[in-house]
Amino acid sequence: MPHTDSDIRRMLDKIGVDTIDDLYADVPQEVIFREDYDIPSAMSEIELRKHFEALGEKNRRLTVFGGCGVYDHYSPSAVAHLLGRSEFYTAYTPYQPEISQGTLTYIFEYQSIISELTGMEATNASMYDGATAAAEAMFMMVASAKKKNRVVLSATLLDQVIRVVRTYGKFHGVEVTVVPEKDGVSDFEAIMAEVEKGDVAGVIVPVPNKYGIIEDYTGWAEAIHGAKGYMAMYADPSALAVLRTPAEWGADVACGDGQTLGMPMSFGGPYLGFISCGKGMLRKMPGRVVGATKDADGKRAFVLTLQAREQHIRREKATSNICSNQSLMALYATIYVSLMGKSGMVEVNRLSCDGAHYLYDRLIESGKFEAAFPGKPFLKEFVVKTELDVEALNARLLEHGIMGGVNLGDGRVEFAVTEKRTKEEIDRLVALLTA
Amino acid sequence: MKYYDKLIFELSRPGRKGYELPADEYGKDAMSAIPSELMRGTEAELPEVSELDVVRHYTNLSMKNFGVDTGFYPLGSCTMKYNPKINEEIAAMPQFTQLHPLQDEKGVQGALELYYNLQQALANIAGLYEFTLNPYAGAHGELTGLMVMRQYHLSRGDEKRTKVIVPNSAHGTNPASAMVAGLEVVEVKSKPNGSIDVEDLKPLLDDTVAGIMMTNPNTLGMFETEIMEIAALVHEAGGLLYYDGANLNPLLGKVRPGDMGFDIMHINLHKTFSTPHGGGGPGSGPVGVVEHLAKFLPNPRVRKNADGSFSIESDGESLGSVSSFLGNFGVMMKAYAYILTLGRENLKNVGPLATLNANYIKESLKDDYLLPIDGVCKHEFVFDGLKDKSTGVTTLNVAKRLLDYGFHAPTIYFPLLFHESMMIEPTETESVETLDEFIDVMHKVAAEARETPEDVKNAPLTTIVRKLDETTAAKNPVLTYRQLKSAAEK
Amino acid sequence: MSKILENLRYADSHEWVSLEDGIATVGITDYAQHALGNIVYVDMPEVGDEVTAGEEFGAVESVKAASDLISPVSGEVLEINEELEDSPELLNEDAFANWIMKVKVSDASEIDNLLDAAAYSKICEE
Repeated sequence: MPHTDSDIRRMLDKIGVDTIDDLYADVPQEVIFREDYDIPSAMSEIELRKHFEALGEKNRRLTVFGGCGVYDHYSPSAVAHLLGRSEFYTAYTPYQPEISQGTLTYIFEYQSIISELTGMEATNASMYDGATAAAEAMFMMVASAKKKNRVVLSATLLDQVIRVVRTYGKFHGVEVTVVPEKDGVSDFEAIMAEVEKGDVAGVIVPVPNKYGIIEDYTGWAEAIHGAKGYMAMYADPSALAVLRTPAEWGADVACGDGQTLGMPMSFGGPYLGFISCGKGMLRKMPGRVVGATKDADGKRAFVLTLQAREQHIRREKATSNICSNQSLMALYATIYVSLMGKSGMVEVNRLSCDGAHYLYDRLIESGKFEAAFPGKPFLKEFVVKTELDVEALNARLLEHGIMGGVNLGDGRVEFAVTEKRTKEEIDRLVALLTA
Repeated sequence: MKYYDKLIFELSRPGRKGYELPADEYGKDAMSAIPSELMRGTEAELPEVSELDVVRHYTNLSMKNFGVDTGFYPLGSCTMKYNPKINEEIAAMPQFTQLHPLQDEKGVQGALELYYNLQQALANIAGLYEFTLNPYAGAHGELTGLMVMRQYHLSRGDEKRTKVIVPNSAHGTNPASAMVAGLEVVEVKSKPNGSIDVEDLKPLLDDTVAGIMMTNPNTLGMFETEIMEIAALVHEAGGLLYYDGANLNPLLGKVRPGDMGFDIMHINLHKTFSTPHGGGGPGSGPVGVVEHLAKFLPNPRVRKNADGSFSIESDGESLGSVSSFLGNFGVMMKAYAYILTLGRENLKNVGPLATLNANYIKESLKDDYLLPIDGVCKHEFVFDGLKDKSTGVTTLNVAKRLLDYGFHAPTIYFPLLFHESMMIEPTETESVETLDEFIDVMHKVAAEARETPEDVKNAPLTTIVRKLDETTAAKNPVLTYRQLKSAAEK
Repeated sequence: MSKILENLRYADSHEWVSLEDGIATVGITDYAQHALGNIVYVDMPEVGDEVTAGEEFGAVESVKAASDLISPVSGEVLEINEELEDSPELLNEDAFANWIMKVKVSDASEIDNLLDAAAYSKICEE
């Protein structure tokens, strides 16, 4: 705070009061806070660094083999450097387009990139995270389907996604039915039995699913649409560089979490949620959208558009209250994908996939692990079963600086491998697991 | 600087690469063994560019932006204060950024301690019992807070309490959040100074009311002087008081929402606690509550154990989960660094100096701009356009003209209580010299409006792009590069 | 001053109706299009939908605002003006010439509850 005593005096004189306290004369005296806050004394930068170093010492940086929605992908150095440009991070929402073309342009690029990955025509400027994006996808389907107030989720969606969708559904008055899995994949018959009851606005299924399995949705969209329902897919956007896209599966909405686009794991955030749809549902899509247009001189420029749609949030028809986006994380995703490019995005998946299959093969070969879902195709994540004590195994791995697979209970453990893991690290993991 | 208007896609050349990855050492192409019907049919048309292409492109884009680091940003209700650089550096520490949210608690004790200490600090600053830091933004915090309100009534079996009272001057997000939380919105009238009309409130308070959402100071930057009476009335009727933390900044060091009778509140860490806005996010919207509501806060929660260690827990009476994990942890680090930097000695000066700055601008400009509500404001105030209405120069014109002079515009056409609203919030981090420059320019624009009104009406004249055609953008939405290309081909 | 046609009936939510042989033609008034500004999108019901007097049947969006359309009559939607899908600006050009939907009314007496031109013009003046 830059104020000197003489500045304050001059300003008070201009205002016509004696003291700063006089500016609070209208506040009932009984609510004036007269104590000191119970927080530490002011720290210099040197002390602050030491404080955070000490806190950081209490954390363990591990070689990560865990996934379940968050993956240790590599991010090229240039991403963080460009994100550090304060013209980007100290800006507000681009309400004044004439001085926000930087933000508006990268959001347009972000929308283009996510649309390429999902195959869908429209993408919004981003949401909070994947789970809340899935909840918004639920509301989109309910708003689009007339007088249907139930949404069906496959139990093979990530647990955190199901938890958040259930919470949003409970409060907003949308019934959420979670249909149990069958052999690790979504149960088509059981889901269709629900949809055919006629009160279901839509279905949400994962690509790939929470066990890493790439499910086969052949015939799903036709069947769901035939029963006048919508289909939403919760997808890993990085994996969509190689996997069949939500658009190719015939989905109406795609959503998911952008963390896999190189974002640091950051103990759970910030990441971003994305949501894409076809043109038909565009006006039901929540959040901000950037469109191309021209300025008074005919120059190409970008602007927040379809804002009247956002204005609906003010009214009693509100199905979303989101009025911001994870803009800087959208920039993160945009720069990451630009650097990795067309071939790099495929290459990341290939390396992760080859590494995951290598680990899988080694674990099965050891005789101490067996496939949890034999024959099911996977990309970078899979589940194995073991008679060994998973808790004890993971505790031992932690001592060696490794985050092992996520313990799913019942002897099931889920491993993820990214391009950051080396063959040597995997060999070491296997040695520790099978010792 | 020369005009730059490329998209990253337009720099793309087939086969160009901007990355290096290690060689595949596994000796087996597992991906090609995946059944082809599960794989993409067509390639994603992603950019093919070099690292230098990317660096130049985004550096050029950044120069087309205006941020707090570029210049004064008096955007009302947005608290655009300076974001200290050390906070960015701290938040980038790999000891925190490389933590997986599901890794063993033993390896994340430092992160959990930070979460716990920050929520404790916020609870003390707010005069409340406990905070969740899980919500990702202010609106998300509002939604979470209203879910707490609803969960509280439901837990008592009081299902008829479905109405939430919102002042007609409130931010549009308030009623929207209420709707999403499954509550019905009832409007209470405001008095001309933006304060809640207590006489209008009284008859609304029946046994269907879940609670009331308020800000204090209100949308016009005026303190709700009848707050204690309002709190008593709402509590007497069995309702809860929700405090929208959008306007918390002027109260730092002076008033705690909990002491005014509020039961639930959210804080925008990206406003009051100086984390950068990031062009629209990521933010963080912690929600605090009084003690008897703490059990309803969302899962997961961070607990301090008797032995001083920390753990992540889920509470059975919780409203559920509103986030995948523990929220935007990276943002929390910056807010915590900010609190520690200011410390006990300086944090209490934030509110008073923000209020001083706002009143100084208001008093300096009320000769040229119409001040509908006179009197001392708090962190912000509203002008109803220029005083001289004969020139035809509108608030929008003034806002755009400010861009020509290197200032960000105030918040305009909000609140809706006036036709030509212009909401100005300087924050405490601006020096008197900056405020004086802004005051001079505002006077200059007022003079232009009288002498050369056409210049003001045609503003901005000197920005990188000029007035945009928003109608065509909304009528024929072009939302991706693919659509842009095909529109150009037509 | 916006245009008001004598031979139509009006709702205070700024829709107009003309009734002929049990079929109501519904649109928005010149006053409404003027208040909204450049209209960019019309959200219309589907043919076969049931609409109810006093309830929302669609929405009109301009650049900055969205406004619900309230049906002045009850009945089944027979036809919608498909031209508005691609050219919503027609409502700005002539709000009375460009209707939005045609409804087979289930209760013709509902139209008696609506305003005549004189009463509607008073509302617009307020």
